[in-house]
Amino acid sequence: MQTDPNGPNPKKSKDSPSNSANTESTQSPSPFPDEVLEKVLSFLNSDKDRSSVSLVCKDWYNAERWTRTKLFIGNCYSVSPEIVARRFTKIKSVTLKGKPRFSDFNLVPQNWGADVHYWLLMFANVYPFLEELRLKRMTISDESLELLATSFPGFRALSLMSCDGFSTDGLKAIATHCRSLTELDIQDVDMDDFCGGWLSCFPEDFGSLEVLNFATLDSEVNFDALERLVSQCKSLRVLKVNKTITLDQLQRLLLRAPQLMELGTGSFQQELLPGQFGDLGIAFSNCKNLRTLSGLWEVASIYFPVLYVACASLTFLNLNYTALRSDEFGSLLAHCPNLRRLWVLDTVEDKGLEAVGSSCPLLEELRVFPADPYDQHLRRGVTESGFVAVSRGCRKLHYVLYFCWQMTNAAVATIVQNCPNFTHFRLCIMNPGRPDYLTNEPMDEAFGAVVKNCTKLQRLSMSGLLTDLTFEYIGKYAKNLETLSVAFAGSSDRGMQCVLEGCPKLRKLEIRDCPFGNAALLSGLEKYETMRSLWMSSCNVTINACQRLAREMPRLNVEVMKDKESDDSRADKVYVYRSVAGPRRDAPPFVLTL
Amino acid sequence: MAYENDMNLKATELRLGLPGTIDESQIKEPSFLKSNNKRSSGDMDNSANEDECSPVPKAQVVGWPPVRSYRKNVLQQQKKNFDSDVLGMYVKVSMDGAPYLRKIDIKVYKNYPDLLVALENMFKFSIGVYSEREGYNGSEYAPTYEDKDGDWMLVGDVPWDMFVNSCKRLRIMKGSEVKGLGCL
Repeated sequence: MQTDPNGPNPKKSKDSPSNSANTESTQSPSPFPDEVLEKVLSFLNSDKDRSSVSLVCKDWYNAERWTRTKLFIGNCYSVSPEIVARRFTKIKSVTLKGKPRFSDFNLVPQNWGADVHYWLLMFANVYPFLEELRLKRMTISDESLELLATSFPGFRALSLMSCDGFSTDGLKAIATHCRSLTELDIQDVDMDDFCGGWLSCFPEDFGSLEVLNFATLDSEVNFDALERLVSQCKSLRVLKVNKTITLDQLQRLLLRAPQLMELGTGSFQQELLPGQFGDLGIAFSNCKNLRTLSGLWEVASIYFPVLYVACASLTFLNLNYTALRSDEFGSLLAHCPNLRRLWVLDTVEDKGLEAVGSSCPLLEELRVFPADPYDQHLRRGVTESGFVAVSRGCRKLHYVLYFCWQMTNAAVATIVQNCPNFTHFRLCIMNPGRPDYLTNEPMDEAFGAVVKNCTKLQRLSMSGLLTDLTFEYIGKYAKNLETLSVAFAGSSDRGMQCVLEGCPKLRKLEIRDCPFGNAALLSGLEKYETMRSLWMSSCNVTINACQRLAREMPRLNVEVMKDKESDDSRADKVYVYRSVAGPRRDAPPFVLTL
Repeated sequence: MAYENDMNLKATELRLGLPGTIDESQIKEPSFLKSNNKRSSGDMDNSANEDECSPVPKAQVVGWPPVRSYRKNVLQQQKKNFDSDVLGMYVKVSMDGAPYLRKIDIKVYKNYPDLLVALENMFKFSIGVYSEREGYNGSEYAPTYEDKDGDWMLVGDVPWDMFVNSCKRLRIMKGSEVKGLGCL
């Protein structure tokens, strides 16, 4: 949410039609009666549009704030609950994001913050009609879940992505009290799973769920309760069960929910009798609306034929926890000609990716995850040829996440020539600082090719041996870049400076283990206020430089975390973000706020 | 044996060359000290160089590769299954009367005939013709396997993929025991 840091003062724009009315708003009516303006603005959904509207003049600012119902806060510390409560009065839906993204990879210690409780207390006071809460990388306790469940009678949708701090007890509270719940979506969380009894806490006559995703949880749920739930929720369109659900149980669920659009299966490996096999095939074939398929934990590929009919209309196939060989993957893929999005494990190898290139001409997004990211010696998985093969067959590709052990500049150049429409290019060569394995040169030209060819590039993650030249290319060509992730790269401060100077739309910059120092950090003084955040860890930045940054830019929060072994002057982890709320009051002792 | 002799006799062995010089080729480097040779693919020629010049220590770096904690945990659990799938499914093969067992990778074979021919070659015997009613006819041998439940089954009854996924070891039975199976 973009707030005007100066408070609700009108920004006088020369072209604003209400400019003249503005200064006399207390004396003469504005050309637009409030009700009309509010009605018009109520159709505006995009946050960006609403932010622009709010900056026109005071009347528009007010009309906008009285009509906004959806709140999006990309950094929970950029604003405070009090400020939000003062400005907006009719919020029904909140999205909050907390910790820096590198917390996904254990770079942020526990108890860092981003606890939602204080927000919930405010919401309970000010937004009793709250219906939706979507959290990403936030901490939420069972107590908070209980507060949530009991404070908002109309509460409908809860989505927790990469969150932590709660247990199945909290889920019990949600299931018990939220009578109008339509969505319960839990993904990639770090929670305590005591038992599956929470599912049985839904009232017996409960029938409003549209989305249920508990794939992440480990415990077995009561199957009868689940079956009853599924048959009563006639509008259920997303169902993602966990590993404990067997194939014959899945078949029974599918029979009750043929309207499903997204399915996450449980285990796909039970030994079926021939009759059961046929029944499963029929159950899948009955699901005419299936567009997304995931789960498939522990597969026996002999059962794939039951999926073939459904595969024909699939647009998203998520096999990122399914270890498949190239041949079994290829035969499945042959039945999925309409795929737009595909997530796989690298066990399918280059041969599997060749099959992608030949079977999925409509593919727009590919993510290849490593099955064995830590075993350097075995080096299995995919190589540059798999990637090239996909780019040849899938010309509409615009989003890629690719983990591999080797890459060449030439291959990447070919790939972006075949697919110039990349908006998201995330390449992870898993051995840090690895050069082009054929020429032994840095991978500068590879990423140079990416930014030169892909003018729509919004997000870039780089890896391999990279010098400052890569960053020069980025600063020169990546004019639409919003998010940049850098690791083990660059030769000097100049690298980081090029990016800060050259990328006008940069919002998030995350850097680790690069030789960027104080000069680089301080070259972005004014830039950081136009960005959401900067993360720098294991670089060459000192505490003094961070203090200077904090002094000169009071509207930035500069937070430093030190490693135990390092000397006093080093700032091992630096997190800089703009905020209208001032330094945060809940910082734990290991976070130094400068 | 030769290595042992070298060690013992080195001081007294007669060689051409000035005293004090060491013939490099005589020194056998223990294999575990050799640089990473485990990769079989030929295009990894730069591997030795790369390992030496690698700027980052081979010990695991925190948070790298950037794989989410949740994914890490799930993959640890799946690693066992996966390894046997992709690394090969080696099972012991015993033959009644043979002094030692063999090991084969059943994932290498595409179907039963492939597997049976390989077994015939390995143990120099002949298997006969399979039929659902009578098992293996025309031979005093029958290939059997132990499945996941610990039961001994006749090879050939279930679909190939199911067999591959449930076979834990193989035993080629001979003689009177075979007759017993055939009568079932």
